[in-house]
Amino acid sequence: MDNKENIALDYRYELPVVEGNLKKSDIDDLIAAPLEKKANKNFYISLALSGTALLIGVVCIAITLFNGIGVWGNNQPVGWAFDIVNFVFWVGIGHAGTLISAILFLFRQRWRTGIARFAEAMTIFAVMCAALFPVLHTGRPWLAGYLFPYPNQNGLWINFNSPLVWDVFAVSTYFTVSLVFWYIGLIPDFASLRDRTLSKTKKIIYSILSLGWRHSHRQWQHYEKAYMLLAGFATPLVLSVHTIVSFDFAVSVLPGWHTTIFPPYFVAGAIFSGFAMVVTVLLFVRKIFHLEQIITLNHLEKMNKVILATGMMVGYAYAMEFFMAWYSGVPTEQFVFINRAFGPYAWAYWIMISCNVLFPQLFWFKKIRRSTTAMLVIVILVNVGMWFERFVIIVTSLHRDFLPSSWGMYSPTLIDFGILLGSFGLFFTLVILFTKSMPAVSMSEVKAVTEGAQPQHHGVSDHE
Amino acid sequence: MNNNPLFAVAAVYDNPDKIISAVTKIANSGYRKFDVNTPYPLHGMDGAMKLKSSKLGFITLFFGLMGAATALLLAWWTLSVDYPLIIGGKPFFALPAFIPVTFELTVLLATVSTVICMLTFFFRFPANSYPIHDTQYMKDVSGDKFGVYVEAADSRFDLTELTILFNETGAVRIDQIYLPAKEVYPLFQPKFLWFLFSVFVITSIITYFSLNKLMYMEPFDWMADQQKQSVQKMSAFYSDEFGMRTPVKGTVARGFIPYKYLGQAVPADTMKNPLPPTSSVLELGKKKFLTFCSPCHGNFADGDSRLRGQFVNPPSLHTNRARTMTDGFIYHIITNGQNAMPSYSSQVTREERWSIINYLRVLQKAKNASDADLKMAKKESVSDGK
Repeated sequence: MDNKENIALDYRYELPVVEGNLKKSDIDDLIAAPLEKKANKNFYISLALSGTALLIGVVCIAITLFNGIGVWGNNQPVGWAFDIVNFVFWVGIGHAGTLISAILFLFRQRWRTGIARFAEAMTIFAVMCAALFPVLHTGRPWLAGYLFPYPNQNGLWINFNSPLVWDVFAVSTYFTVSLVFWYIGLIPDFASLRDRTLSKTKKIIYSILSLGWRHSHRQWQHYEKAYMLLAGFATPLVLSVHTIVSFDFAVSVLPGWHTTIFPPYFVAGAIFSGFAMVVTVLLFVRKIFHLEQIITLNHLEKMNKVILATGMMVGYAYAMEFFMAWYSGVPTEQFVFINRAFGPYAWAYWIMISCNVLFPQLFWFKKIRRSTTAMLVIVILVNVGMWFERFVIIVTSLHRDFLPSSWGMYSPTLIDFGILLGSFGLFFTLVILFTKSMPAVSMSEVKAVTEGAQPQHHGVSDHE
Repeated sequence: MNNNPLFAVAAVYDNPDKIISAVTKIANSGYRKFDVNTPYPLHGMDGAMKLKSSKLGFITLFFGLMGAATALLLAWWTLSVDYPLIIGGKPFFALPAFIPVTFELTVLLATVSTVICMLTFFFRFPANSYPIHDTQYMKDVSGDKFGVYVEAADSRFDLTELTILFNETGAVRIDQIYLPAKEVYPLFQPKFLWFLFSVFVITSIITYFSLNKLMYMEPFDWMADQQKQSVQKMSAFYSDEFGMRTPVKGTVARGFIPYKYLGQAVPADTMKNPLPPTSSVLELGKKKFLTFCSPCHGNFADGDSRLRGQFVNPPSLHTNRARTMTDGFIYHIITNGQNAMPSYSSQVTREERWSIINYLRVLQKAKNASDADLKMAKKESVSDGK
């Protein structure tokens, strides 16, 4: 099938969003199948693997809480290390979901319907993983309530001038809005599942979750308005979140962090890594749940194009950082960047450059863009590269302090690796449970973009 | 089921064009209480149903502005009014620094309240007992069919006319939907009471555990157990096993001149009282006198101890001898001790000792006032205008 398509593909016309002339009832059956069939052996094997990773993380977190964060490799001068690297990495992963669900919605990209739900779910899970790290970084997470402004017995307030407080607001708002956006999209699907299920227990659960949705057009009218308003707010929100994350660095006066290019550079990097993660997981999901006709190669190819574009933006930012270091004439700034590329952490820098800038260039070739094996290798490399990007930014800027007497090196401990592994375990456990308990693709949205789903004449149409 | 009153007559279509034309006809015939159910929103349906555009945007606007105002007011009030702090040389109201939080709160309030208002006020959710639920009609429109129903409550409702209209426009099926039988649940069912009881028990257990047990466990105990030496605890480090240490013999603490008449029963010379009897000094003196002196000397220095004979009663401090003592000699007694009275130098600081002496002078004057003193006091109070 793939080869035939490669020849017939003509980009001048809009490609069909759903392939194989699926009927609307077929779409419902396909999407609801994982929820209605009994789980097979592969499901339990994958759940066991991710659950083990999660448990390792839980044990490492318990050790951290009991003994304090001294069990980590953080030291003077590298006070921020794996904790913040992982935080920025996971927040970045989350950005693809909102981009697909909100920004592509505003651009009227109909192909987003097949992947939006899944990407949104990944956003929520990724933000949960991300939130774990700064909260652990505080040392005593049960006191995290002090991060929010409420009248407490100490008479103290939070410092609204601090980028770290902006972070708290940005990440919690991002999580809440993503959750609401996701749930709003799920309501019509829960209603469809409620009306098709034969199990009494499932019917009660879906009835509660669907709130009594009736697919009424009087509801759809407000629903579409609300969806558009939410997309309109989520778009600047997603840009603001990684901008604010970059402020954590850019607002400081540390060479290597103190640059104005950081906000756009971080946002591009976030979309880059997020799309890579979405492609990674979708490649498995479409195979396992036989969704190849809904999540088509065209979808993946479009995402690979986004990866190529954002990858080059990130590459441009890397080059610009070096240019600015030279052009500014600040010796410390120049030292930091030369040290980054040729110092003790040069290996991390060159992993970053090759994974983020060089390998994605292969996506210029249509054959590679449309080959599932090739893209799987490249997107995993991109994920690795983007993790190293944060490592390079944080650790190499810190480990050479202003005074040579304060220079140091950072090496993570087993606990650091354990918590990182645990965050992947949490992410994939949630993803696996999600695919088995909720429709992983939006039923109502995909049905709306099939052939003949909309009226042919628009005599009384109010848009289009 | 058919004994119940008719709720609506519904038609199911399998083509989006057909339903649009059917709905256009129904709306043009003057029906108002009708609704269209489609598995996804159909383009052009708003116009066919003659719906006015959604007013949801005004709610978003209102709450978005509320979010912005809340954030700015909160940042201004907390950092400029309630607890002003200079941070990084910025003004108390640093608008550029407040913009990120203002933006986030705007988005948060606007989106969340839009959704909540839509679900509760526009849709009246949760509404799981609407008459069309659990009908074949609902199952069809949830999947791949398009449906329209006209409620019997509509003033123009005419079953035959609607049936003809539906048939003409190509309906696949026409259903009559009846209101479901009204179900009444008594409030105090055994099941509900059991539910309440178990919620009570579980909440109590969790509350008890977290407040009385969890808060005293490591690491949630606010670092109550630390590896530092606290004063009343034994020390494994020092040979005398005392956790509390005294200054090394022969050393003088910074800013602390040792009392030079220490150990002399009756010193040849004494110090002068450096503190004037101001009200704050007398307040401090009273406080310290009541804490350290009154157990033996009595609240008014009458020598009426509260110790019930467990310790020797001291003489009254209103005797001639005590009244003619110099301040410096009383200071010497407090610092050095006298007869049964031990030294109070470790409990009462130097300023406090002088303040106690000033307060004692007030007590002595009050107990032994002459007529002339009363006249004087009266004169002063009159001249004060009180």
